[in-house]
Amino acid sequence: MSAAFALFLHDLKLQFRHGSDLVAPLAFFVLAVLMVPLGVGPEPNLLARLAPGMLWITALLATLLALDRLFQRDFEDGTLDLLALAPMPLELIVLAKVAAHWVTTGLPFMAIAPILGVMLHLDSASFVTLEISLLIGTPVLSMIGAFGAAVTLGARRGGALLALLVLPLYVPILIFATSAIGAAGEGLSSRPHLLLLASFFAGGIVLVPFAAAAALRNALE
Amino acid sequence: MTTARIPLLHRYANPAAFGRLSGQILPWTAGASAILLALGLYFALFSSPPDYQQGESVRIMYVHVPAAIMSEIVYGLMAAAAAAGIIWKHALADLFVKAAAPLGAAFTFLCLVAGSLWGKPMWGAWWVWDARLTSELVLFFLYLGYLALVDAFDDPQRGLRAGAILVLVGVVDLPIIKFSVDWWNTLHQPASLITMSGPKMDKSMLLPLMLMIGAFTTFFITVVLMRLESELLARRIRAWRTAAGDE
Repeated sequence: MSAAFALFLHDLKLQFRHGSDLVAPLAFFVLAVLMVPLGVGPEPNLLARLAPGMLWITALLATLLALDRLFQRDFEDGTLDLLALAPMPLELIVLAKVAAHWVTTGLPFMAIAPILGVMLHLDSASFVTLEISLLIGTPVLSMIGAFGAAVTLGARRGGALLALLVLPLYVPILIFATSAIGAAGEGLSSRPHLLLLASFFAGGIVLVPFAAAAALRNALE
Repeated sequence: MTTARIPLLHRYANPAAFGRLSGQILPWTAGASAILLALGLYFALFSSPPDYQQGESVRIMYVHVPAAIMSEIVYGLMAAAAAAGIIWKHALADLFVKAAAPLGAAFTFLCLVAGSLWGKPMWGAWWVWDARLTSELVLFFLYLGYLALVDAFDDPQRGLRAGAILVLVGVVDLPIIKFSVDWWNTLHQPASLITMSGPKMDKSMLLPLMLMIGAFTTFFITVVLMRLESELLARRIRAWRTAAGDE
């Protein structure tokens, strides 16, 4: 367990040293959201309607940006081979990587999302739900993304392939997260949507490490 | 009879044994598919009544429903084969997944197109974003993702294995498609074929539908066997080339 935590810290440290790795997804998230009012016009009611969906869609796309590096660097310089030989199970390694990925993508998104929400005239009743949906939903994005990164490891044109594989699997997260925010905006209970989102989180954290570890073993064979 | 001691699952992992078996089955399934399709189309287009509400456009059902059923069954079979390939390293199982995938994708596409053509006169829209349609569309992208992934590796074996893992992960979509019409209020109608109280459909429409489902199924078996044989031949050619020092 402490080894997994050490790996998590190691990954974080690497990300922070390569400052651009950290900034790029966040900058993309902010810029892509700010394109919306410029594209569809600054009408507040329209923007408020679009806000939950736009925030979540750009969050999906921005998580994709950091995914292809998740295992690639370790795969190329042989670190992954050593990690696979270590007594620590590969599943735990996947979880440590997922956690590091989330801290550098999902967490900053959560921090900046309320500001973007204000700029998009998001309904004031929706902000708490927006934050909760990001808190529960973005880790699942990191998990599914880690699976996609593992399964495309060593593939030709891995980046484009990764998006093709991962985006369909993101669909349920997008649906339930945005319907939770929408429900809150209309004064309805967002609880059922958030509970479903939480069930994806619970299912993902149990199943995804095994699928991703199986894919990594295949890549290392 | 030394083969008798080998478990059934592994007996046909031997390409030669599989080739003999598929050679015996192929003419029958091909013939059955042609006959069923001819009969099914005749009943579907000429010898079945128009619907009391939908009129003649109900005949789209005889293509749409079998394609939809096959899109799910093929994915289910691929997932079962993928599991067999991963658990028992069954060589033929991995190849089956690859051989079946383009067929599954084609059935899914046919289902979406036929549904769209049916949706326009009935619902007044080519496409609606309800749960059944969305989850079927996701299935289509899962097929496409598999097809892109399996060919993206220099080592074909590695592509097959990565694809098998992907197919197993994507299997979560199957129950969502099946039960989407029960879980959500969809514009798409709920199940009328497989229900607790039996098919909710008149015999005059059930007969052509069943014939068409039979035609689609035997068509799938025929083509998948042909594709499996050609995959095995392609693999043998690769092995010879490698042995000859070509690669």
